[in-house]
Amino acid sequence: MSGESIINAMKPMHDRSNGLGGGFAAYGIYPEYKDFYALHMFFDARATRKNCEVFLKEHFEIVKSEIIPTRKIPAITDEPIIWRYFVAPLKSVLASLQLDEKEFVARTVMKINTEMPGAYVFSGGKNMGTFKAVGFPEDVGEFYKLEEYEGYLWTAHGRYPTNTPGWWGGAHPFTLLDYSIVHNGEISSYDANRRFIEMFGYKCTLQTDTEVITYIMDYLVHRQGLTLGEAASVIAAPFWSTIERKTDICDKEKHIYLRTMFPSLLVTGPFSIVLGFNGGLMALNDRLKLRSMVVGEKDDKVFIASEEAAIRTMEPAAENIWSPAGGEPVIVRVKDGAYE
Amino acid sequence: MKSINVKNLEYRAVNAAICASSEDCRLSDCLGQRFIAAGMSDKNIIIDGVPGNALGAYLNGAEITVNGNAQDAVGDTMNEGKIVVHGNIGDAAGYAMRGGKIFVKGNAGYRAGIHMKAYEEKVPVMVIGGSAGSFLGEYQAGGKIVVLGLTGKKIVGNFPCTGMHGGKMYLRGDCEGVVFPSQVTVCTAEKQDMDEIEDYISEYCSLFGVSKADIFDSSFTVVTPDSKNPYKQMYVAN
Repeated sequence: MSGESIINAMKPMHDRSNGLGGGFAAYGIYPEYKDFYALHMFFDARATRKNCEVFLKEHFEIVKSEIIPTRKIPAITDEPIIWRYFVAPLKSVLASLQLDEKEFVARTVMKINTEMPGAYVFSGGKNMGTFKAVGFPEDVGEFYKLEEYEGYLWTAHGRYPTNTPGWWGGAHPFTLLDYSIVHNGEISSYDANRRFIEMFGYKCTLQTDTEVITYIMDYLVHRQGLTLGEAASVIAAPFWSTIERKTDICDKEKHIYLRTMFPSLLVTGPFSIVLGFNGGLMALNDRLKLRSMVVGEKDDKVFIASEEAAIRTMEPAAENIWSPAGGEPVIVRVKDGAYE
Repeated sequence: MKSINVKNLEYRAVNAAICASSEDCRLSDCLGQRFIAAGMSDKNIIIDGVPGNALGAYLNGAEITVNGNAQDAVGDTMNEGKIVVHGNIGDAAGYAMRGGKIFVKGNAGYRAGIHMKAYEEKVPVMVIGGSAGSFLGEYQAGGKIVVLGLTGKKIVGNFPCTGMHGGKMYLRGDCEGVVFPSQVTVCTAEKQDMDEIEDYISEYCSLFGVSKADIFDSSFTVVTPDSKNPYKQMYVAN
């Protein structure tokens, strides 16, 4: 699927955002470099880029570096310098630090984003990339020429920032390696979640609440080994009264265990999120379902949006339109585990 | 009836076109435009496609028919008129409704009929043919909410009638497994209860071609606030 369809889907959603941030994540777009981490970066100046490249060369083999193609349009202004690098960590560096590859890349991205003023990695997974800017999402898609990319999974988001600044790095999706999050809502529990997650080396640097969900999911799934469904039961845990009434004893005990083990990772406040990863995605509402979410299907495609109108734009004949309950995760994987 | 193709029209332009028409309107290729017919007091409006959020908000007498699904916040604070949805309806349908009628052929999302209220001759009614999501009729203060459960799913989600202090809710069947708050009274509907909604059920049946006998083959549960056990002293001792 090219990016054209999802750009069009954002058009009837125009009034859901205010032009202070739009973005896309696309999976499967770099098949020729699928074994390399694709670092998408913003720089404030040429000198920052040069310095950062020196740093990158000390830690990575860079197989390709290039400007991310964009087109000049009146709706998108004040763009930073936007580059991408396809890289592999140097084996010697990994050996000396005794880190596995993913951990090293994740730490290096956080190091750049916290310690290198003017340089910002906004995407760093394999065979995927995010594209974001200050603007309306349909304009951001046009700016990045997303109709020229082919992927098997796309997510998109338009911001309407209420509590935090609108800036290029603050547009969604937020990423950590191949994880990307788009989020509609505001997280009342942000500080409690942030304090907990920062104990494990994650750093919240982006002046927005959404990134903490990305780190929570990474922590629960990659470090704690939970399934996506279990992680959903942690962040959108049912009320104790709802757990109490569960008749499936096994399910009941699991929920009691998860709420007891990870109380600081309960995410309260309204949210609907889509978590993209290599091979699939998970969509989830807060347990009270204070934000909207609709799912539809057609043939071998699944569509998820805040409004049915967005789905109908992509696929007028979409079938099985339904709304998941609050806290009920919708997990979609590419057939036969391809791309995982 | 005037036909208006609203493809790619911005929502203000859609409403302007409806207002400019001297007769009833049929909108085609509708896709996500918000606030359609908001506050309107005359005309019948038929919509082909998917209308956007806040359809018929503050509706004041107009009649809207949607040939398909409707999104969130349909009939927000509507005062008079009728909205008929030949499909499912999103979240928060009939929020703070104070008059008029909403008929949904299929399911309703979360928070249908919350804050519904009534005053003298103004008695809002919402009939949902399928099932309703959680928080149905939360803080209901008046009016009637009827759920028929014809789609076979559990008739209502969690926490129905929380904070209910007026009006009546009717749920078809015995509501086994549904947990209600202790401040409401839940009983099997008597004849006089059913007499109050028979006209609305007849209207539902004729709108959507459903047999009345199929609906009345089951008893109904009726929920009202328990005046002996009201919500009080939750925040201050008054």
